[in-house]
Amino acid sequence: MNDFLLSLAQAVAKGLLTGMVYGLMALGLSVIFGVMRVVNFAHGEMMVVGMYLAWLAFDQLQINPLFSLPLIAVVFFGLGYALQRGLISPFINRPEHQQFLLLLAVATLLVNGCLAIAGPDSRGVQLDSQFDSYEVGPLVLDAVRVHAAIAALVITALLWLFFTRTRIGKSIRAAADNHMGALVVGLDVRRLYAFTFGVGAACVGAAGALMITIVPVTPFLAAEYTLLAFVIVIVGGLGSMTGALLGGLLIGVSEAVAGLLLEPSLKSMFSFGLLIVVLLLRPQGLLGRRDSR
Amino acid sequence: MNRRAALSLAVLFAFLLAAPLLLGNYGLSVLILVLYFAFVGQAWNIMMGFAGQLSLGHALYAGLGGYVAAGVYFHYGLGPWAGVFLAIAAAVAAGAIVGYLGFRFSLAGVYFALLTIAFAEFTRIGFDNWPWAGGSGGLFLKVERGVTDIANLRGGATMFYYIILALAAGTLMLCRVLLESRLGRYWLAIREDAEAAQAAGVHVFRCKMIAVMISAALTAIAGVWSAFYYNNLFPETAFAIGRSIEMTLPPIIGGLGTLFGPFVGAVVLTGLGEIFTDVGDWLHVPGIKQIFYGLALLVIVMYRPAGIWPWLATRLGFVERSK
Repeated sequence: MNDFLLSLAQAVAKGLLTGMVYGLMALGLSVIFGVMRVVNFAHGEMMVVGMYLAWLAFDQLQINPLFSLPLIAVVFFGLGYALQRGLISPFINRPEHQQFLLLLAVATLLVNGCLAIAGPDSRGVQLDSQFDSYEVGPLVLDAVRVHAAIAALVITALLWLFFTRTRIGKSIRAAADNHMGALVVGLDVRRLYAFTFGVGAACVGAAGALMITIVPVTPFLAAEYTLLAFVIVIVGGLGSMTGALLGGLLIGVSEAVAGLLLEPSLKSMFSFGLLIVVLLLRPQGLLGRRDSR
Repeated sequence: MNRRAALSLAVLFAFLLAAPLLLGNYGLSVLILVLYFAFVGQAWNIMMGFAGQLSLGHALYAGLGGYVAAGVYFHYGLGPWAGVFLAIAAAVAAGAIVGYLGFRFSLAGVYFALLTIAFAEFTRIGFDNWPWAGGSGGLFLKVERGVTDIANLRGGATMFYYIILALAAGTLMLCRVLLESRLGRYWLAIREDAEAAQAAGVHVFRCKMIAVMISAALTAIAGVWSAFYYNNLFPETAFAIGRSIEMTLPPIIGGLGTLFGPFVGAVVLTGLGEIFTDVGDWLHVPGIKQIFYGLALLVIVMYRPAGIWPWLATRLGFVERSK
């Protein structure tokens, strides 16, 4: 019994660490939706592109993904900004099915671009730290997971500072709260939207750079990550920052524990079950506000 | 509809009736795909195009339909003409559950779409672990070459062609009747403004439930047809989110809520798919087919966001050109 409790604690710890990275990924989706009410159906595909970029930097230049991360985030910010300015902006007030089709097209291009360039084989990075671990009491924690979780936590804290302390972050929150009001006080809402999409993209790009240290990447992971990000933000509350983090931790732990107790093929059943229950009983998510629907 | 429009429809229908005589094996297989996508697209269109409820989980109904009919044939030898009723019953029940929960808890837009995805994924994982349905290893129907057994749907492409043609044409008529009916008008009112429709005395919940149940029933028939046409079923593909998305594309590309939109969209998408497959084989780059496909979707949604049919209809004389 003691053995079981120990392996359970081990799984929970592992889930919490992975969940931090999930949370960062979902944060990008949540920020984009919360501000401009556009659902980024290409989110998992962007995540996979981030993983490939970090893999490429490691493969060609032997740069540890933790150090190529800032550059990837900057590149993603630029791409997200341009994507919003060039493609998504005219669709902001269009019906949902048209936004869906647009982002589906973007997703198809991104994931098959990766397939065309890197091929269908799974690509991973080999770091020395992948063999290290930290011992905390009776628990053994993988070093890469600990590093990734700390990095995710730092990025999230920076993001929080950005949204609460900087002028542009506050302006973005103002535009999200009251679109008309933001226009009236003279904010350039279109530029703020592009900036927001850039920030959301940078989050998911950074999450991709962290994820590649934990699991190898294939193009076929993209759709799975999109769904995972949806599950996380709905459970946590679409548009809520802390909700996305909480959702990430919850899904990370539930996946790890389900992987321990159930057959591997059944483990995502739990996530979808949770999604259905939350959608029905608390559609605004665990930490969402009622009026944010 | 003017004379030119009526004439072009008549020519099209005559061509479709004679197609197995005119086309080779390859041409017929492409046309079969076109009609299949026109049929499932039409079924999905009832829910989204008419009643305005975005479902991204229609693979649930097609997969259930296919599995039920193929399963009872495989295990008990019950032919698909009887099995299709069981298939419809299963899909309608599933549609009623999804619809009841979604509409009772008033989920709209993306939230409703996510609920439909969640149910489809949930069912996919369930079938992966259900031995009766073959689990993740799949369910296979025996292929008998050179036989035409209409009672058990064992036979060649021509038989499947005429069945899917009848289904696609029949559903087009059904949709026309539905759209002209009182119920159809209620759906359009709900699609445009559910609150206003409710205020005007439309029983919104009941109308939405009827839409999801009709749509699920037709999609289940498509699922049965495709299970017997392809002779195999895997949870990974039968309930895949990709399959659900495939069903939404013909009506969105062709023209959401229009009668001919799903057909036009199916022609365009299947045609592009076949061309890009050839280009991809020639270029030998993995994923290049999908890249062209994605570019085509991008161009269409940017320049014809309301779909191809509304624009084409004016050109062909189906709708009077606005002056």
